Amino acid sequence: MPTLSDISPRSAAWVTPPMLVLGFVMLSAPLWLGAVGLYQYLGIEIAIWMIYALGFNLLFGYTGLHSFGHGAYLGVGGYAFGLFQHHVGSSLWGGLAAAILAAGLAGVLVGAAVSHRRGIYFALLTIAFGQVFWFSSIKLHWLTGGEDGLLNIPRPPLDLVFLEVPLGDNLSLYYFVVAVLALAILALWRMVNSPFGRILQAIRQNEMRAAFVGYEVWRFKLMAFVLSAMFAGLAGGLFAMAQESAYPDVMSLHQSGLIVMMVLVGGGLVSFWGPVLGVVLYFVARDVLGALTETWLLWYGLMFMAMVMFRPEGLAGVLHRLRRRPEPGATPRPAASEGA
Amino acid sequence: MALFEARNIHKRFGARVVLEDISLSFEEGQVSGIMGPNGAGKTTCFHVLTGRHAPDRGEILLQGRSIVSLPPQRVARLGVARSFQIMNLFDDSTVLENIVLALPAFRARRRKLFSAAFADPGLLDAARGILDQVGLGGREWEPSVSLSYGDRRALEIGVALAAQPRVLFLDEPTSGLGTEATQNLAQLIKRLRQRYTIVIIEHDMRFLFQLADRISVIHWGQVIAEGTPEQLRANKWVQRSALGELA
Repeated sequence: MPTLSDISPRSAAWVTPPMLVLGFVMLSAPLWLGAVGLYQYLGIEIAIWMIYALGFNLLFGYTGLHSFGHGAYLGVGGYAFGLFQHHVGSSLWGGLAAAILAAGLAGVLVGAAVSHRRGIYFALLTIAFGQVFWFSSIKLHWLTGGEDGLLNIPRPPLDLVFLEVPLGDNLSLYYFVVAVLALAILALWRMVNSPFGRILQAIRQNEMRAAFVGYEVWRFKLMAFVLSAMFAGLAGGLFAMAQESAYPDVMSLHQSGLIVMMVLVGGGLVSFWGPVLGVVLYFVARDVLGALTETWLLWYGLMFMAMVMFRPEGLAGVLHRLRRRPEPGATPRPAASEGA
Repeated sequence: MALFEARNIHKRFGARVVLEDISLSFEEGQVSGIMGPNGAGKTTCFHVLTGRHAPDRGEILLQGRSIVSLPPQRVARLGVARSFQIMNLFDDSTVLENIVLALPAFRARRRKLFSAAFADPGLLDAARGILDQVGLGGREWEPSVSLSYGDRRALEIGVALAAQPRVLFLDEPTSGLGTEATQNLAQLIKRLRQRYTIVIIEHDMRFLFQLADRISVIHWGQVIAEGTPEQLRANKWVQRSALGELA
């Protein structure tokens, strides 16, 4: 079974073949989405959740910290984006910065409390904190609009100093989100292959050993937590823009569980690209199965169970297995490089 | 002054007193041994000396500087490296990466989020040098999990050496090893003794007696005898106990 920390000769590269494939698919999607019975808004949702899932996997897959309350940071990002538009001024960059910073701040607060924990205690604490955020978003009616949600969030135009692009229609918003996704992927790819990222992976493999070779383990855990919260916040800001509103629902335990499920089904434990596959599979299943039957979640759930039982390495692991030819003896690998 | 010194260490877990007034000192450039029967407190003693457990009382000095009650990562950064009785490696990583992660030069780059981890050839050369020292040269791209037991033990020692320690603690290095692997390990330690200050916990007396310059015998949480292997062979305490017969 492959692992996230396998050494691969091409991983020191800035751009890799899977990136090009994904880029091609995402950029051409508006041309064929309609033809296969899907629609443009679904593309936006998928791209946003890819950002969320990839950022989440920095914590979940790479650092091995199993957060079950990550919806909180998606939600915080969404509210921060909306509140910025309502109370500070209509600005895309301002709103996204507010979303990232607010989620990062929430990540610091929670991360400081959980980064000395591990295993089941860590997981339970993330659930508890997630519930606190969810409950607060419902009860703080004056701030969040309670269960009605924060409504009328505008889609501010993309301001590129010399050029202003309106993002009101779904196609232009789609391409903007894909551009953000591309940046997020580049940043995360550099991160997981950086000294910092390799240390996170070392901590996942053996926390005690990491401490005994001199690393302040809890600081790295905290940092991973905050970074992944910031990516969730970014996704949340974009999601509020897409929906033109923000609701408590994304912060619920149920929704936080979904992201875990997506990452696992996709193969986030064995591949950088697992979360991407998992997100696509989930949304396509939701729309295609959902059109056929109201009980689609039952079938998705059964598929999840089958996956965990028979292919715990997820979609990415299955693809890896299919692609791999039996090699005639181990070949020595070329120069320094790391994890795919 | 000894390079590493522990004075009057006490440690209890609940009502059970594990270490009772233990004092040890390890001289620079020597191989020191700690021996004693199972349950004598050897491993607890090791954990206390390397920062995993804080002692209830007592002082631990590295080059005259107190390191008592510092967390393991601080103790490690001050130059105390250790291997573990139970294999303790980064199992998803290659042999080479296990070493690289422990290099101080790599640790210095820990805050770099966007540069390639192993782009610096100097790091890889340093890691290869250590693998040569422990007899794992040329095997740097193998997954550490696929190594034989003896080779994993050698890699454990390599990881400890990568930290460029002033003192190297080895916790029961022969445990689980067959005769041949044990002999290879003895050869390795003989090679390393010229360059490092080494402390070995061991219950394999033959192994310890052929390597150590000085040995401390721990029993019931106390140091019951100390000296060179020759002195210990003549020691009544040691002779009377089963320990002496083995040596």
